[in-house]
Amino acid sequence: MSQIPVIPLGDVLFVSIQGELYDAVALSLQDDVTNAIQAHNARGVIIDISALDMVDSFLGRVLAEIAGCSRLLGADTVVTGMRPAVAITLVELGLTLPELRTARTVEDAALMLGVWVSSRTSRAAPVAVRQDEPEAMDGGSGTDGP
Amino acid sequence: MSTPVDETVRLRIGSDADLSAVRLQVRAKAQAAGFGLVQQTKLVTAASELARNTLVHGGGGEMEMSEVAQAGVHGIKLAFTDSGPGIADVEQALADGYTSGNGLGMGLGGARRLVHHFDIDTRSQGTTVTIVSWATTPVDPRAVLR
Ligand SMILES: Nc1ncnc2c1ncn2[C@@H]1O[C@H](COP(=O)(O)OP(=O)(O)OP(=O)(O)O)[C@@H](O)[C@H]1O
Ligand SMILES: [Mg+2]
Repeated sequence: MSQIPVIPLGDVLFVSIQGELYDAVALSLQDDVTNAIQAHNARGVIIDISALDMVDSFLGRVLAEIAGCSRLLGADTVVTGMRPAVAITLVELGLTLPELRTARTVEDAALMLGVWVSSRTSRAAPVAVRQDEPEAMDGGSGTDGP
Repeated sequence: MSTPVDETVRLRIGSDADLSAVRLQVRAKAQAAGFGLVQQTKLVTAASELARNTLVHGGGGEMEMSEVAQAGVHGIKLAFTDSGPGIADVEQALADGYTSGNGLGMGLGGARRLVHHFDIDTRSQGTTVTIVSWATTPVDPRAVLR
C-alpha cells in the first residue's frame, strides 16, 4: 500500500487519508508530517479523515501523536470530517482523544488555524479550500452551511 | 447460545495487511447480515482491536467468522485465536489504560464494550477471544446474553 501524500498549501500541510490504512503506512505518515512541517515551515496541519469508515485505538494513537509532535514543532493539527458512526464508536471504545482538535470541514479547520490554505489566492479574502483541491477533499464538506 | 447459519470463514492474522483484510471481510459480512452503519462500525472496530492483539501480543494466529441466528435475529460471531503466551491477569488486561507494550491499553476493554457478547479463553499455550454482535439490538443485550 502506498504512502499518504502530505500536500503543502500555503501555511498548512494538508493530508487526506483514503480508505483502508495499513499500520505501517499510518506510522510512516507520522514521520512524513513531522519532516514536512520542518521542510515547508508549516504552521498548521489539516488531516481529513472523511474517507475513513473506522478509527481504532492504534489509528487514534497515531493521530494524537502526530498532533502532539506537530505542536512541539510549532504547528497545530486539526482533524476534519470524522463520520458520525466513527465518533460514536470511538466514544464507546473509550477513546475521546481530548488533546485532538477537530473540525467538521477543511474550511472550518483553516479558520480555526487562522491560516490561508492556498498560496495562490490573495490574502485579502479567506479562501474556500476546495477550489484548489483534488475531488477527494469533498467528503467532509457536504454538510457545512454559512 | 446460537446456531450457525453458514460456513465458517478462516482468515490468517500474520501482518498488517491481514488486519486490513479482517476489517474488510467483517464489514462485508456485517452488511450482508443486515447490520446498520453504527453497528457495522462497532463490530469492525472491535475486530480490528482483537486482530491486532492476536498479531502483536499473540505472535499471530487466525480469525474464524460465521453468521449465527437466535430467535430469528442474525448476528456475527468472530473468534480470534493465537498460540502466544496467554494473558496472565485477564481483569488487569481488560482495564482501560493497561498495556504491557506501548499501546493505549484501550483495545481489549473497548472491544468488549462494542459488542453484545465477549469471552476470553486464555492459557499459557494461547488465547482465544470470541465475540458476537447482533444485527438488531435486543432491549437489554447484556441481560439477554449474559
Ligand atoms: N492475544 C493476547 N495474547 C497475550 N496478551 C494479550 C492478548 N491480548 C491482549 N493481551 C494483553 O492485554 C493487554 C491489554 O490489551 P489492550 O488491547 O487493551 O491494550 P494494548 O494492545 O496494549 O494497546 P492498544 O490500546 O493499542 O490496543 C496487552 O497489553 C497485553 O499485555
Ligand atoms: Mg490492543
